[in-house]
Amino acid sequence: MAVLTAPKIVSSRSEYTDSHSMSRYLATDGFTALRKALSMHPEAVATEVDSASLLGRGGAGFPAGRKWSMLRKAPVSYLVVNGDESEPATFKDHYLIEREPHQLVEGVTIAAYALQVSQAFIYIRGEFALGLERLQQAVNDAYEHGALGSDIFGSGFSLDIIVHPGAGAYICGEETALIEALEGKRGFPRIKPPYFPAAIGLYGQPTVVNNVETMANMPWIVNNGGAAFAALGQGRSTGTRLFALSGRVKNPGVYELEMVKNTFRDIIFDPALGGGIIGDKKIKAFIPGGVSAPWFTPEQLDIPLGLDEVAEQASMLGSGSIVVLDEDSCVVRAAWRITKFFSRESCGQCTPCREGSGWLERIMYRMEHGGGRREDLDLLLDLCDNIAPGLSWPPQQTTICVLGPSIPSSIHSAITNFRDDFIAHVDHNGCPHD
Amino acid sequence: MTDALETRTTVTLTVNGREVTATKGEMLIAAADRVGTYIPRFCYHPRMEPVGVCRMCLVEVDGPRGATLQPACYIQVGEGMVVNTESEKVKKAQDGVLEFLLANHPLDCPVCDKGGECPLQDQTLAHGSGETRFIEEKRHFPKPIEIGELVLLDRERCIQCSRCTRFASEVAGDAQIDFAGRGDNIEVAPSPTEPFDSVFSGNTVQICPVGALTAKPYRFTARPWDLEQVESTCTTCAVGCRVAVQSSSNRLTRVLGMDSEAVNHGWLCDKGRFTIDSVVGIDEAPLTDSARRIMEPMIRRNGELEAATWGEALREAARIISSATTPSAVGAIGGAALTNEGAFAWQRFFRGVVGTDSIDAQYGDGLDPVLVAALPRATINEAAEACTVVLLTGDLREELPVLFLRLREGLVKGTTNAVEMSASGSALSALSRVKLPIRPGEAHLVAQAIATDDAPLATLASHPHGGLFTSADLVEARRLIGDDGSGVVFVVGRPNVAESAAPIEAAIRIFAERFPQAKFLPTLRRGNVNGALDMGLTPNLAPGQQFAPTAGRSTLEQLRAATTGEQSVIVSLGGDILENVVDTPLASAALKAASLIAVTGHGGPSLAFADVVFPTTVMHERLGTVTNIEGRVSLLAPKVTPPGSTWPDVAIASELAEEFGQNLGLSDPEETANVIEATTGYPCGSAMRSAMEGVVVGRIDAQTERRLLDPMAFPGIRSADLVGIAPRAGSIASSDASVAGVASRPALSNVAGDINPVIPMPDTYSLRLVVDRTIYDNGAAVRGTEALRALAPTSVLRVNPHDLTRIGVTSGGAVRLTSARGSEVIAVVAEAAVPRGCVALRHGTLVTTNASDSANVGNWIVDSEQVVVEVRMESL
Repeated sequence: MAVLTAPKIVSSRSEYTDSHSMSRYLATDGFTALRKALSMHPEAVATEVDSASLLGRGGAGFPAGRKWSMLRKAPVSYLVVNGDESEPATFKDHYLIEREPHQLVEGVTIAAYALQVSQAFIYIRGEFALGLERLQQAVNDAYEHGALGSDIFGSGFSLDIIVHPGAGAYICGEETALIEALEGKRGFPRIKPPYFPAAIGLYGQPTVVNNVETMANMPWIVNNGGAAFAALGQGRSTGTRLFALSGRVKNPGVYELEMVKNTFRDIIFDPALGGGIIGDKKIKAFIPGGVSAPWFTPEQLDIPLGLDEVAEQASMLGSGSIVVLDEDSCVVRAAWRITKFFSRESCGQCTPCREGSGWLERIMYRMEHGGGRREDLDLLLDLCDNIAPGLSWPPQQTTICVLGPSIPSSIHSAITNFRDDFIAHVDHNGCPHD
Repeated sequence: MTDALETRTTVTLTVNGREVTATKGEMLIAAADRVGTYIPRFCYHPRMEPVGVCRMCLVEVDGPRGATLQPACYIQVGEGMVVNTESEKVKKAQDGVLEFLLANHPLDCPVCDKGGECPLQDQTLAHGSGETRFIEEKRHFPKPIEIGELVLLDRERCIQCSRCTRFASEVAGDAQIDFAGRGDNIEVAPSPTEPFDSVFSGNTVQICPVGALTAKPYRFTARPWDLEQVESTCTTCAVGCRVAVQSSSNRLTRVLGMDSEAVNHGWLCDKGRFTIDSVVGIDEAPLTDSARRIMEPMIRRNGELEAATWGEALREAARIISSATTPSAVGAIGGAALTNEGAFAWQRFFRGVVGTDSIDAQYGDGLDPVLVAALPRATINEAAEACTVVLLTGDLREELPVLFLRLREGLVKGTTNAVEMSASGSALSALSRVKLPIRPGEAHLVAQAIATDDAPLATLASHPHGGLFTSADLVEARRLIGDDGSGVVFVVGRPNVAESAAPIEAAIRIFAERFPQAKFLPTLRRGNVNGALDMGLTPNLAPGQQFAPTAGRSTLEQLRAATTGEQSVIVSLGGDILENVVDTPLASAALKAASLIAVTGHGGPSLAFADVVFPTTVMHERLGTVTNIEGRVSLLAPKVTPPGSTWPDVAIASELAEEFGQNLGLSDPEETANVIEATTGYPCGSAMRSAMEGVVVGRIDAQTERRLLDPMAFPGIRSADLVGIAPRAGSIASSDASVAGVASRPALSNVAGDINPVIPMPDTYSLRLVVDRTIYDNGAAVRGTEALRALAPTSVLRVNPHDLTRIGVTSGGAVRLTSARGSEVIAVVAEAAVPRGCVALRHGTLVTTNASDSANVGNWIVDSEQVVVEVRMESL
């Protein structure tokens, strides 16, 4: 049975329909954490975050406290918040932006105070029209409330936040591409080294780039202490996190769960959570952490929802997006659609990603729509190998950023686990599910 | 230089099991190149910043997480680094990238201009699988599309290496092309609003590693394997870019930039690259059009120029010269179009045979050659690496384009600061740390203010339209120049040819005296004008920059003497006098009055006055040496057989001397080069023998080694006969003698003229005229080249917006412009870079209305007797 005892840290206002309003926010302890933080020494705030062992919620899972400590000392530095959530099946930041915008603003302000940064940017996916509206309103509310701007709550600390809408490119969720886009340039990821944001970031200055959900954790950590946060979860995976569950489940949605205490089986099948497969069909496979992650099969349902626990099985918890495929789902179609997404969203800079994704997509299209050949299976795997040599996980890469090595996961997983489905497509000259 | 090399830190790394030494900070791909380990590449270009996008140069580098694939073009060498460029993993990754690049690349090599010299084709032949696994439909785009006047783009062939877009934004600063779209639909696209009108657009074609970019003039004209090549020097301007000149049998097909460390880094301007058409000329053009190639001798009979034999023409010329009452009634104008050898032969003819010193390679718009010779000369590299450059010259992008590129690099990187003293702004203005705009007649005042104190500011501020900069600007300029000018290069020339040389020359002398450690790079801009002056085609200097025993007339003095009858014969050497002298009424009056013997390769308006015409060989047809702005003497190599009965200048001068019963002792260019070197120490003979990077006069320390040619970076240039014989400074036998004349060379104290000319301020209603230059100037190179002719701008008066508002005319309207010489209706455009109280015109731009005597507006208006030209502007 699912363990649902942990407090709601970032989605505590989910029962209110007006959770996005300033009045609701103030009525539910809004800005108490910020007032508390401002009464503390900035380093003490950073220490609380460090002791929370909060891992970044963007996908890579790098400890937020350590990221902050790596910021190069310079007269000017920036805090950039990544809200460019654009991957298919990933929608947990979307929830926080639309439903808890003040919490995000407060979290950003706390983080900026800890980092002693006076300018922050929140980069929001351009398609989040309602989210943009609500977040901008929250920023305006905060200014009006004295929680933002100069001399916040009389503390002497000042911060400006700019909400910057993206222009419809998934790659701008990659932190260095996001920085390029913020600077008004094409969203081409930068090469690391030397362009680690902590050293050479926005406008060449040291920059911390954190995910929306990471920021949303700040008020609770400040109010309750890093130790309380670290007491939740297990091992490296502390606290709670949001999981975006979708696919062939009865109750798709965003769930905040304590880390590691539940398994994939719990979230997919527990009546209080996913509620099982639609029509009570059999589960065929699931993607554990976003569409760039290698797939899992039903044998792996009992793996706990923890970073290391999933990594040990050669995949990743990533952004916490879980996609469920049932016995009627076409794995070829699923892999094709994912590949098509990456092909369209490749920035076009690096040859293996640009050309590889397009080529793979065209082969997968044939496979699904007729014209697939048996020899295409080896070709697909070899092309995947040329993008991510060895097809291991975590992947090796031939490209500047990790979009490239994300491409092969779905095809590799699908062929490895469901080769017969591909053969059936070849023999049927198209999709047998159609 | 040696010291700097020694203090650099070196690192030791292992490449394929071999220990190699490299410079700290060097990119791995360059270090590997030097030790002979070639790593395949497409996007990497040694003259641009790396981007690491094509991923072809992936190699295995050992690191904390084991050996990982890293782009060799983007990873700096490190101490103890272990690199494998040949492992199975590397090979698979590189083969994979190559296959990906070929996936969408069309199989149209047989009809592609790049076929046969294509980096993608070459690497596919070397490493490709031979069979494609790509059975899908390839990517399609309409093709080709025009992205600029001279460049076509085939997007299907493009491999997105970003060389062209990086060249445009990073090197040229003309970012009108960039990527559009994404994924495998990404494409290079021109700006939707701004055309790619860069004067450097041809470089993008040259460095394209596939056939995506093609140059309109070359497209479909030849196959690379049919091309023969010589290395030569471009003489379109005086930068002296090293070029590969290519022909198919006897037809010139293409000029490519050679990667010369000292001069052009592989780049060329479009004028230098595309003017080969003008060598052939346009047959149907009239004799008075510089597009016409002159291929046979002519004599004026019954008022018309008619074809003649060489014997007839020589006899007629000798008769005209002999008919002059005294030797000093004969003079010669021009010489920038000659080789050093041709110039030497002509000066020997005029001084030795005729007995006149009235010879001048400049057209009254240059600098005093005594001053030029007296200045401590900087090389282009020294200017590009200076801590500060002071720009007291015209817009270098228009006048000496590749010098602009070389200087721009340091300004963009911030390694060089610029102080700009400009009469009408320039393409370097935006990059200059300090801008000190100068109105005509003010250069020496501004120089004084920099060199001494703020006192001249009061005078400058008394201009009816006020001062143009503040005391704070002067403080910053002085700080950048420092106490004695060490590490500073003054780039000096004539920013305004409607103004006499006096204010500028005074300014240069003020700087040279005040900042003794500074060096100077004069921007005398025409072809081989620097060589012609060094060869004694000046009224007061003999070959080798030594004083001549007696002094003759300068060009303007000769023209005036012709109008008064003191001089009865003018010999025009090379360029057209009417096209080059800014004071056109004076020039045409002189040509009407005197006899004209024209020695030229091209037609021109002056031929209407010519009595005898001698057809000469031109660039790409003749052997010789030329000297660039920094004093670098380099080889000019013939590629095609001269047409018709054209002769080289050495032969014409020698044969004409024979008519006077004298022997110049110069039978051909090689002998002439050796005679020059033997008699003056000037290194023509050495330069002709050693080729490559040439020899800088008197500057053995300025020798540079030729970089190894990377055919991936400079496709199309044949390497076999060019690589590996870098000139060794020590091997040039006579270079120590190249300063033989140093004892008698001019010093600053020899320079004549007032160091503080007094020029009255204009009244409130007068405006001062600036005539500056444009690259596409309707000269022989532009008019003779189909592709460039359309690029010549029409004449327009550029006016400060403040002054336009004052007379109530809007930009795009027209005004009546009046000078003491006459008046004209002309279109106006607002331009903030033109100082208030001034108006600016481009020299050599066509005017739409019929200006008196000349097709060149601005010319009729300029009175060369005046120090500055005052005009008035009225709304219509």
